[in-house]
Amino acid sequence: MIRLEKRPQPSQAWSMATPLVAVLATMLFGGLLFGLLGTNPFLAIETIFWEPLFGEFAFYYRPQLLVKGAPLVLIAIGLSLGFRAGIWNIGAEGQYIIGSLTGAGVGLAFYPLEAWYIFPLMVIAGAFGGWAWATIPAILKVRFGTNEILVSLMLVYVAEQFLASMSLGLLKNPEGFGFPGSRNLQQYASAHNAEIVTGTGMHWGVVAALIAVIFAYVLLNRHMLGFQIRLTGAAPRAARFSGVRPARLILMCLGISGALAGLAGLFEVAGPAGQVSIDFNVGYGFTAIIVAFLGRLHPVGILLAGALMALTYIGGEIAQGQLGLPAAAIQVFQGMLLFFLLALDLLTNYRVAWRKPEVA
Amino acid sequence: MDLSAINPVLLIASLMVAATPLLLAAIGELVVERAGVLNLGVEGMMIVGAISGFAIAVETGSPWLGFLGAAVGGALLSLLFVILTQVALANQVASGLSLTLFGLGLSSLMGQRYVGVKPPQMPDIHIPGLSDLPVLGPILFSHDLMLYLGVGIIAAVWAVLKYTRAGLILRAVGENHDAAHALGYKVVRIRIAAILFGGACAGLGGAYISLIRVPQWTEGMTAGVGWIALALVVFASWKPWRVLLGAYLFGGVTVVQLNLQAAGVAIPVEYLAMSPYLVTILVLVILSADKSSAPASLGRIFHASH
Amino acid sequence: MKLTSLLASAAMVLGLATGAVAQDKTKVGFVYVGPVGDGGWTYEHNQGRLAVEAEFGDKVETVFVENVAEGPDSERVMTQMALNGADLIFTTSFGYMDPTINVAKKFPNVKFEHATGYKTAPNVSVYSARFYEGRAVQGTIAGRMTKSNIVGYIGSYPIPEVIRGINSAYIHAKKVNPDVQFKIVWAFTWFDPAKEADAAKVLIEQGADVILQHTDSTAPQAAAKNAGNVITFGQASDMGEYAPMPRVSSIIDNWAPYYIERTRAVMDGTWETVNTWNGIGQGMVGIGEISDAVPADVKAEALALKAAIASGEHHPFTGPLNKQDGSAWLAEGEVADDGTLAGMNFFVEGITGDIPQ
Repeated sequence: MIRLEKRPQPSQAWSMATPLVAVLATMLFGGLLFGLLGTNPFLAIETIFWEPLFGEFAFYYRPQLLVKGAPLVLIAIGLSLGFRAGIWNIGAEGQYIIGSLTGAGVGLAFYPLEAWYIFPLMVIAGAFGGWAWATIPAILKVRFGTNEILVSLMLVYVAEQFLASMSLGLLKNPEGFGFPGSRNLQQYASAHNAEIVTGTGMHWGVVAALIAVIFAYVLLNRHMLGFQIRLTGAAPRAARFSGVRPARLILMCLGISGALAGLAGLFEVAGPAGQVSIDFNVGYGFTAIIVAFLGRLHPVGILLAGALMALTYIGGEIAQGQLGLPAAAIQVFQGMLLFFLLALDLLTNYRVAWRKPEVA
Repeated sequence: MDLSAINPVLLIASLMVAATPLLLAAIGELVVERAGVLNLGVEGMMIVGAISGFAIAVETGSPWLGFLGAAVGGALLSLLFVILTQVALANQVASGLSLTLFGLGLSSLMGQRYVGVKPPQMPDIHIPGLSDLPVLGPILFSHDLMLYLGVGIIAAVWAVLKYTRAGLILRAVGENHDAAHALGYKVVRIRIAAILFGGACAGLGGAYISLIRVPQWTEGMTAGVGWIALALVVFASWKPWRVLLGAYLFGGVTVVQLNLQAAGVAIPVEYLAMSPYLVTILVLVILSADKSSAPASLGRIFHASH
Repeated sequence: MKLTSLLASAAMVLGLATGAVAQDKTKVGFVYVGPVGDGGWTYEHNQGRLAVEAEFGDKVETVFVENVAEGPDSERVMTQMALNGADLIFTTSFGYMDPTINVAKKFPNVKFEHATGYKTAPNVSVYSARFYEGRAVQGTIAGRMTKSNIVGYIGSYPIPEVIRGINSAYIHAKKVNPDVQFKIVWAFTWFDPAKEADAAKVLIEQGADVILQHTDSTAPQAAAKNAGNVITFGQASDMGEYAPMPRVSSIIDNWAPYYIERTRAVMDGTWETVNTWNGIGQGMVGIGEISDAVPADVKAEALALKAAIASGEHHPFTGPLNKQDGSAWLAEGEVADDGTLAGMNFFVEGITGDIPQ
């Protein structure tokens, strides 16, 4: 009989090896799927994983990996802090939307004034919007003990309705011939989150994501708050005895994750997306939850996980365009990758042992 | 404005139909959560149920076999969640989200041949005498059988949870899995059964959309009902009959707002669409005073270490 | 080196490289907002793509990517197509407008065609269909067929395209039936079958016996079928599986002729920027077979109107017409200009209810 035994220490070797094993397993099963759909499996796998990084047009796709990965990493870093402490914000999608609305709203309020301070103000407003939206579940949890998983999730739907309302109403482009959607911030220099160096994909959101990774790393390893977060996650009761104030921790963790999600929304709306529209949000907030777990809630892990997710998105699009694979096949492929990554993580914390069934 | 155009009897009757997919998915998730497991993959299981049911109904010509297939399809997908969370002890939130992603993709692959096909029809019942009653007839006695089955499942779940030993064990597992384990209950097995039941119910809910409410197959047709079902379980504070009430309220908001629009009442649609979620949050806050309502082990990983 | 020139030179290198291999193969890309299996908007664009393949056979290669989100994802997909040697790219959703313009700037030698937008460039054309012409035919049938004098209308979002359709249908229904009344419901979605079914049911329960829809699923058709004596019209695709009742006719988006013509222009080297807004006359808007559920005289009247619109003899927006608030809009015999139509944000006189803001 197979039994699982908890390892006294998480295995370093397995925590490095499992992602690789998972990717290989996905290639195998994904290849089977593509084969069944009538596509050359080797070509498909090569297109997804190789083409964006080292293919003929890698000079274009590599920067795009930054564009696609940055919001995922930025949001996931914020979420991971809370997750480590057992504080579950799964409403980052909503905080992302609200951040984009407050940020873009501030920018559009200044239109057509050109001034250096507009973009910094938008950044502050975006972070504030996300922070405020995440503070709602935080306050409810602290004050009434309400479950933050559910409140933050509910607020996603509320935010989506706000977004629709704003795109059709208050923020609608007055020169847009009545179509929904705001002015394009890419055409408003003071509000545009442009590439810092043209052609590199490096916009302020990417910079912010990298800073967040470093910030989280330092926070968790060198700072009192990071210690409290880790302690609360590992041993909540011990944490309380050692002077951790749970209310403060909840407000901090949800607040930080909300602010980072809001920032991600602002950088996206002012940069790559350009405008507020009904379908502005494309699920970064939810995908980031997966990214956080794939990265084992570790800042560097999240960076790598974000890059891997971005790779499958971009490689998947190329496979669709080049090989005619349906979008659904790519979705299933991504689902498989996540399953394997999640399932194999088991080997990091547990040892598989064969043992005879005990006789009772 | 012409409110007299709204016929309250028909409004209630169509609200019941609109609420049924929600109700089916939510009662399944309720059992899962009562067992202490949070499965966020409801949307994925629903859409896989929707296409499984549709395909089997079309191939066999029988909507009943279709519903059976939908339940099996939903349960099979939830088996993946079982493997992830109960065997591999993976995080439930991430596993559930992945399940939805996978289910949406899988359903479109399965459904490619069924776009634009009409499924066999499921007749509404007609009981001579009862169905012709004024007011009560259209509301209570003129629906399809699945709608009654949905209410039946709620009653069954309620009775099992409240009066049977199995229900007691399920709740014990959800409240404190370590204690339940110490008492000799098979925590993992019970949770697996609950998750499979949840998958089957979600599958039925999805098939209700593709076979009765719409009826057709199109990609992504569940359009977020699974997420609302998650909200509904909380709204109902994990109590079966409140799921029924909540489903009618949630489903009712859509039907009522469409009715008001058609009657010419100028209402801000987006703000009305937010209302169920805001009400759910309010309910959550009120419930939080009563600490016993949410299963205490909800979402926590269980591993029998001794 | 700047990205623009880098991309352009890369595209040129590629152009030379592939040119040597398959000199006469024209590559056409399609970017879709939904899945090709949506049975409506994207499905019809994909039919157009298949028609291009059928027309040119070996001389053409088509590629498509479905479910592409508006915004940066669409920009990347277009760039990817251009990098891989597409000569012509059709971007088939309004939200692709700015991304199309952005990508077109980087690839001056690739031609772009953006559906339903209004921004053009030296290598970007826009095209759209005058669906409101079809709405006029529907309005006529609706006005004649309704017995309750209540016509239900399921709108998606309150945008000019949809408002134009409602106005056109109303004007023509009113013309043949002065007592007709429109009940309008906004679904706030392009595609949510369950919600569309609910909307149709609500309208039917409130007395409508004709349902017009500006959303893409067949759910309202099924709802009408269950209700019995209600007629509907197919939207975007023919929805012929619901004929002869409840579906008595349909508006079909027929992109095939335009896609074939534009592909040919690229092959011939005669492609230039155009702003196409075609209707029934050019075949971009198709009127589906009017079924036998419609009496012969009504059918004849509808077909006569269709012919008059096709020949340009009749314009659906011909004065005298007032706006909803009673202010004068078009004088006797005056026809609406395309600019006003493109940005239409008001109802005509007689329609009750407000446009949500």
